[in-house]
Amino acid sequence: MTDTAEQPTTAREISHVIVRFAGDSGDGMQLTGDRFTNASALFGNDLATLPDFPAEIRAPAGTLAGVSAFQVQISDHDITTPGDAPSVLIAMNPAALKSDLHRLEAGGTIIVNEDTFEDRNLAKAGYGESPLDDGSLDGYTLLKVPMTSLTKEVCNDLGVKARDADRSKNFFALGLVSWMYSRPLETTLDWIQEKFAGKDLVIAANEAALKAGHAFGETAELGEMRFVIKPAKLEPGTYTNINGNTALSWGLVAASQQANLPLFLGSYPITPASDILHELSKHKNFGIRTLQAEDEIAAVGAALGASYGGHIGVTTTSGPGVALKGETIGLAVSLELPLVIIDIQRGGPSTGLPTKTEASDLMMAMYGRHGESPLPIVAAYSPTNCFDVAIEAVRIAITYRTPVILLSDGYLANGSEPWRLPSVDSLPDIRVDLATETNHVGADGEPEFWPYLRDDNLARPWAVPGTPDLMHRVGGIEKQDGTGNISYDPDNHQLMTDIREARIAKIADTIPDVEVLGDVDAELCIVGWGSTWGAITSAVERMRAAGQKVAQIHLTHLNPFPKNLGDELRRFDRVLVPEMNTGQLTRLLRAEFLVDAQAIAKVMGQPFTAGELVTRIQEATND
Amino acid sequence: MTDVPVTTKKDWTSDQEVRWCPGCGDYSILTAIQLMMPDLGVRRENTVFISGIGCAARFPYYMNTYGMHSIHGRSPAIATGLAMARPELDVWVIGGDGDMLSIGGNHLIHALRRNVNLNILLFNNMIYGLTKGQFSPTSETGKVTKSTPFGSVDRPFNPVSVALGAEATFVARTHDMDRAHMQAMFKRAHAHQGASIVEVFQNCNVFNDGAFASITKKDNRDAMLIDLQHGEPIRFGVDNERGVILDDDGLARVVDVADVGVEALVVHDETADDPALSFALSRLASGPDQPTPVGVFRAVERPEYAQSTSQQLAAAQESNGPGDLHALLHSLPTWEVT
Ligand code: SF4
Repeated sequence: MTDTAEQPTTAREISHVIVRFAGDSGDGMQLTGDRFTNASALFGNDLATLPDFPAEIRAPAGTLAGVSAFQVQISDHDITTPGDAPSVLIAMNPAALKSDLHRLEAGGTIIVNEDTFEDRNLAKAGYGESPLDDGSLDGYTLLKVPMTSLTKEVCNDLGVKARDADRSKNFFALGLVSWMYSRPLETTLDWIQEKFAGKDLVIAANEAALKAGHAFGETAELGEMRFVIKPAKLEPGTYTNINGNTALSWGLVAASQQANLPLFLGSYPITPASDILHELSKHKNFGIRTLQAEDEIAAVGAALGASYGGHIGVTTTSGPGVALKGETIGLAVSLELPLVIIDIQRGGPSTGLPTKTEASDLMMAMYGRHGESPLPIVAAYSPTNCFDVAIEAVRIAITYRTPVILLSDGYLANGSEPWRLPSVDSLPDIRVDLATETNHVGADGEPEFWPYLRDDNLARPWAVPGTPDLMHRVGGIEKQDGTGNISYDPDNHQLMTDIREARIAKIADTIPDVEVLGDVDAELCIVGWGSTWGAITSAVERMRAAGQKVAQIHLTHLNPFPKNLGDELRRFDRVLVPEMNTGQLTRLLRAEFLVDAQAIAKVMGQPFTAGELVTRIQEATND
Repeated sequence: MTDVPVTTKKDWTSDQEVRWCPGCGDYSILTAIQLMMPDLGVRRENTVFISGIGCAARFPYYMNTYGMHSIHGRSPAIATGLAMARPELDVWVIGGDGDMLSIGGNHLIHALRRNVNLNILLFNNMIYGLTKGQFSPTSETGKVTKSTPFGSVDRPFNPVSVALGAEATFVARTHDMDRAHMQAMFKRAHAHQGASIVEVFQNCNVFNDGAFASITKKDNRDAMLIDLQHGEPIRFGVDNERGVILDDDGLARVVDVADVGVEALVVHDETADDPALSFALSRLASGPDQPTPVGVFRAVERPEYAQSTSQQLAAAQESNGPGDLHALLHSLPTWEVT
């Protein structure tokens, strides 16, 4: 990728920047952030994003509730988080300034759309006097740009109506920020052409606004505000910028290819999981069937029905949906059929915070069914890792004939980062055999099929309808080991319960040991799971750079745990577990290994920042 | 299907002991189906029975086919996934009135609406049997049960009306006292491409004995069952002396043929695009003590769901070629790091 933007002599080189776009829900901030991210990705920077938007599609315009923001860190080196405090805040209206100013670093830069700072909007945001005039922003670098009127001006020449021109002002902001960070405009211009194909006037308006924003930077003598961030030195390869939900969807497609089994998705729309349904519905040429079911229960039921038929049955949802699916997941435990349940966690309980992140479904995944119904749990740790974990979830499900819960969360789902694309040849082969023959000889000497006769993994045969001679009945009633016939025998129930547990425990045979990162001989170990990985990694790096000894363990497999986990944990004097819940993994570790693990808990709908974690770890270790 | 092996009832019967109460209507339905299966020209391994929970839901255990006894109310959803994944299979869904109309009502109406190729047999005994005798969503108002000691104040569903309202493409009704009629209805349901639902009046001799006796007992049938025949004027009675007309409001009414003349009788049309006539007929009886239509209410052709899904897959492969994982991974903008 070559830099096609001219490199003005005034651009200062910096290693990274954190930019936060904030505006009204109707201002297109997600799109603006996304375009800036993509241009930066194609430029070769490393990056991480944090979209942060309200649950309402359009909360009342101009209010604090309606503020939608997008934070991105771009960098010339490997990074793992969207950054702690932004150094630049683009505030498209007073509400955006009011709600997000506290996030800005001391002395940071504020770029406001000056046109929106008038009485009505100020009042809606709860400002008595305009913060642009009352000196309250004195500690910051404030750039007042009349974005709306400048956009309208250039659009007017094109014959675009004022109201339509107003919709292009986010492209003005994008143009200006692109100028500030020496981003080439080409990728955005191409994207506009493609996205708005057929709507010539919209294309013209957006292009004009983008260029006007860029030109504004050039001509307004903002020279000291121009920077360049060199491409990051990443491992050689082909990269793409991808968010967690897309990576997860592609992981499922890949799993289907690598298993040589068709994929079936049963799903009911729910934030923040719906994008997986949307993505998989596009790829019908991979033989993927998607069903938008009448409810969450039907979605998982249909997936289980498809698994019974020899497909990889998957259902995607968020916490409330998992609660509804519980009974069917229990049936899958009893039937010992493959099923993948994907939980894109969000704030709870109940409707909770639908668009905000949280990782508080671990206990539900572990125990959220009646009876003794163990199942394996895996969790993704970064947007791109969602791809690998999806394949792993499918591998476990089809190998061990069990429902598997995959935990992701809203932050991973919507956040994006560059991904070094794997070669298809490097993906694991996860093929399994379907049963084709009888497996037992009856008392009368005739061959029989026993649906609950097990292999070395304690998995029962996957005998799908349509296979001659293997007709059998399965059901949720307890069945006799081996024959699968209904059995109310007390000893048999004990045996089957033990086998179901042992089968899940046995999965540990095929999962890798945990790796202790950082200072293996440290006294302190930070243990994490899920999306806290980025912030923990960054916090551990900072602490070690400051001379502290810290070790780090991050878990993908939460049930069963890797075999060496207990031994590794017991080596440390202090085990701290940052979690976006009140300490769910902490409780599991304490229960399982009798170690004195302590939680660093956060449930604020926002991911940890690295800086916050460093502080909280220091506080905890000073106790 | 000449290559389908010749079978008998025995081949379709599993080795499991049947555990319904002696005298239960479920036995006669099971026998009717086990006797009928050899006539369908299908293979046992391509036949699947899926059920929910309830007395009726034990059905799959007794068939020597593939079968799943699932959870309460969910069988239409599970069967939908199976039928979509494997459109070549014959999928039968078995459940009672509680299973399909109460806890599973949502799945039932959506399976019907989508027109998934399922043969849904709803064993209606107007009571909860397996939980020992509570009123069901088809029990008559005023029903005294353990959970309604002062009589139920619920208004019941009419399953045929529900199915027609849910856009069902095949709706029929039969009863457990007439094997030949049951088999005729089940065969029609099997032959139908799309979702078929057959309501079977089934006697629960333990908790609701004789619920249908006034219409299904041999001596009562001629007078009380209105046997719907496509293209024929709707008549019934010991001497065919009664008939059905549509009045000015479009409501179906039972009349004496002598009073109105044969020409005035409504001619049954199960293939009518608009379900209005079928619906009117379904409203003739508000309980099994009035003349009640049995037979096929509606049989219309509509695109079948799994086929439509498969066609979209085939079309996507036609236009985009088979899935190429490498191409998918490179489908967003990419850049090289060297
Ligand atoms: S309770 Fe009623 S429906 Fe159930 S098996 Fe006994 S007689 Fe049949």
